Amino acid sequence: MPTIVVEVMPKAELLDPAGKAVAGSLRRDGDSPFTDVRIGKRFELTVEGEVTDAVLAQAQKLADELLSNSVIEDVVAVRVLEGHVA
Amino acid sequence: MRIGVVTFPGSLDDRDAQRAVRIAGAEPVSLWHGDHDLHGVDAIVLPGGFSYGDYLRCGAIAARSPIMREVVDAANSGMPVLGICNGFQVLVEAHLLPGGLIRNDHGDFICRDQGLRVENASTAWTNGFEQGQEIVVPLKNGEGGFIADAETLNRLEGEGLVAFRYTGLNPNGSLNDIAGLTNPAGNVVGLMPHPEHAVEPGFGPDTAAAMRSGVDGLTFFTSVLQHALARA
Repeated sequence: MPTIVVEVMPKAELLDPAGKAVAGSLRRDGDSPFTDVRIGKRFELTVEGEVTDAVLAQAQKLADELLSNSVIEDVVAVRVLEGHVA
Repeated sequence: MRIGVVTFPGSLDDRDAQRAVRIAGAEPVSLWHGDHDLHGVDAIVLPGGFSYGDYLRCGAIAARSPIMREVVDAANSGMPVLGICNGFQVLVEAHLLPGGLIRNDHGDFICRDQGLRVENASTAWTNGFEQGQEIVVPLKNGEGGFIADAETLNRLEGEGLVAFRYTGLNPNGSLNDIAGLTNPAGNVVGLMPHPEHAVEPGFGPDTAAAMRSGVDGLTFFTSVLQHALARA
């Protein structure tokens, strides 16, 4: 069955304490080329039947209204998972 | 007066909130998240805890539980609603109060007796305080950092909708030291600290007078009684 992926990230201007903690541990390891870490969420929505424009629009609505909180997060992607395109 | 306390899956302080209601002289009524029935209560408390294990976002799933439809309708028609800690997060996720609550800026769970200043003493839940009164109640949370965009913050400050502010050290990075909010009508109040844990001598925060003698939280519950009497 096809899968729609929704990705949500904390807003860029907001502190991401979890990401900061991971970045701090990388710094302690030393010799890391990675200067920053931000942690977001990925949702996989299993779809019954075909992914039509209407279904994608419904996923976008769900992403905006339930899967993210626009005060603190941005929806950065709503897309069909590769390899599952009907 | 009958005050309902909603129990969600993962609520922890529902019994404590009921006890606070009883000590204040009202009748606590247990409400269930899966019902569509407020059992004719006169006010509602959304208690602290970790509803749905804080999955998705703190309070997000509880805000969409069946009884919240009735709670939102009641709040919009003026019924007093108090959200404590996770209950505050539920109120924010239900859009009854603005802004959002994120992980504490230092990354740690914090549990301590916390000083607060009452910034709005004219709400249903704060009318027994003096404006600007300083109180101490327990605080215990991991995701209590209040945030909002600049426009919302300006409106909250300009319209007197900040109900409580942290005094001393800001415990979680909340913008403008905001600990709690009220809606413009003053019937919906939410805060991260826990007034229901400071209602009985021997079980509250330490005071200068005696260990664990702090009962500043009781005034929340006697305030709502006074509010009901004034309207009767």
